[in-house]
Amino acid sequence: MEKEKVPQDTSNLTKNNVKELLYATDENGDYTTTLSSGWEPKTIALSNSIEDINERIAEAKLQVENGEASPICYYMELNKMDLTILASYVGLWKWRVKRHFKPAVFAKLNDKTLKKYADAFAISVHELKNSIKTNAN
Amino acid sequence: MQINFTHHQSAHCENGVASNLLKNSGLNISEPMVFGIGSGLFFVYLPFIKVNHAPAISYRTLPGQIFNKLASRLNLKIKRQKFSSTTNANKALDENLKNNIPTGLQVGVYHLSYFPDEYRFHFNAHNLVVYGKTETDYLVSDPVMETVTTLTHDELDKVRFAKGAFAPRGQMYYPIQIPKEVDLKSAIIKGIKDTCRTMLAPMPIIGVRGIRFVSRRIRKWPAKHGVRKANHYLAQMVRMQEEIGTGGGGFRFIYAAFLQEASVILKNEELKVLSKEMTQIGDSWRDFAVEASRIYKNRSAKEDAYNTIADELLDIANREEIFFKKLKKAIA
Repeated sequence: MEKEKVPQDTSNLTKNNVKELLYATDENGDYTTTLSSGWEPKTIALSNSIEDINERIAEAKLQVENGEASPICYYMELNKMDLTILASYVGLWKWRVKRHFKPAVFAKLNDKTLKKYADAFAISVHELKNSIKTNAN
Repeated sequence: MQINFTHHQSAHCENGVASNLLKNSGLNISEPMVFGIGSGLFFVYLPFIKVNHAPAISYRTLPGQIFNKLASRLNLKIKRQKFSSTTNANKALDENLKNNIPTGLQVGVYHLSYFPDEYRFHFNAHNLVVYGKTETDYLVSDPVMETVTTLTHDELDKVRFAKGAFAPRGQMYYPIQIPKEVDLKSAIIKGIKDTCRTMLAPMPIIGVRGIRFVSRRIRKWPAKHGVRKANHYLAQMVRMQEEIGTGGGGFRFIYAAFLQEASVILKNEELKVLSKEMTQIGDSWRDFAVEASRIYKNRSAKEDAYNTIADELLDIANREEIFFKKLKKAIA
C-alpha cells in the first residue's frame, strides 16, 4: 500500500480522536509508518458485528419477557459475552450456567450465586432480578 | 511515582510493547524487526472455536509467542509472572515501579476505558506498558494509542484479571537481561525460516493450506448457514484481518517492512524484491476485504459473489505459497 493511498475515512475511531498506525510505502518504495483515521470496509464490518449484537440483545430481551429465558441470558448478551466467557467470569461450569438460563431454575437461585452474576455484569442483584418485567402470569 | 519512558505508537500491541520495552532498555529495535524475528506472521483457521459467534481465524501466532521467540533468538531474558490474586499482582507491579522497571502487562480489552465503546470486546490478548502510578491512577503506555493514557487502580485490576479465552491472570513481563551485542543476522534468518516453515506446513488448517481451506468453506457458507450468518462470518474475518493491531492486510505490510529492513542488515538484495512482492500480496488482501465488504454491506448474497471472493482468496494462497518457497531459498 502506498502512503497516499492510505484511507482516511470516518470511522468509530474518529469521534474519540483516535488514529491507528499503518505501514505503507513512500515515493521511493521504502517502508514508513502513517496514521489512518479509518477505512470503510472495516467500519462496515464493525457495524455489522454491532448490529448483530444488538439483534441478539433484543431477541434475548423478548425471550425474558415471554418467560422463556432468565435475565442472565439478556445480561450476557448485553455484556457481549457468550456462555464460555460468562462461565469463566462467575467461576461455574458451563452446564450450570446454562441451567440458570431457565426461568424456573433462576427463580430458586440463592443470593450468593446471584451476586456472582450481578458482579460479572457490574449491576446489583436487585437489578438483575427486577429490571425486566415478564409478561407471563 | 513515574519512570522515564518513551512512548512510540505501533501497529500491533505485542510488537509495540516488546519494541518499546527494549528501546527503553537501550536496545534499539523496530516494530517490524520484532515481528519478523519473533515470527509473528501466521495463518490459522479454527472452525471448531467460535469468536464473537463466528469461526476463529487468526493472522498471527499465539499471544506471548512473538516476544518469547524474539528473546530466545536474541539471547534476551524476559521474566514473566502470573498471579492468582489481585493483591499479589498489584504488589509485584508496584514493586517493579519502585525499582524503575517499566512493566509489560497482558490485559483484556473489554474494560479498557480509553478504547471507543465499539472496540470493547472480550479479547484478552492485548498488551500495554505501565510506567508509573499516582494516588488514583496507573500511567499507561498503550502502543496502539497515539499518546500515553491512564487507568484507575480499579480499572487496571479488571483488565489484568479479565476472564475467558487467554485470560491474562494478571500476567506481567519485563526484560531482565539484555546482552551488549546482539546478533541480528542469525536471529533474522531463524525468524524467517520459522515463518516459512509454518506458512508452508503440511497441515490443512495452517498457513497457505489454511487459507485454501477457508476459501473452500466460503463457497459453502451461504448454502450451509444462510445469508445472514454467512455475511456475519465474512465480516468477522475482515475484522480479524484489518482491525487495529494488524497494520493492514493481515500483518502483510509489517512483514514487508521487516523484509526491507532485513535486506539491508543481511545485505541481501533478493529480500528487497520479496518485500515488494509481499506488499503486493498485502494489497490483494486489502482488495479481498473491499470485495467482502460489498457483500455484507448489501446484505445480498448471490452464490457467485461468494465464489468470486473465494477465488480471490485462493489466488492469494497460491501466490503466498510461491512467495514463501522463494523466501526460504533466498536465505538458504
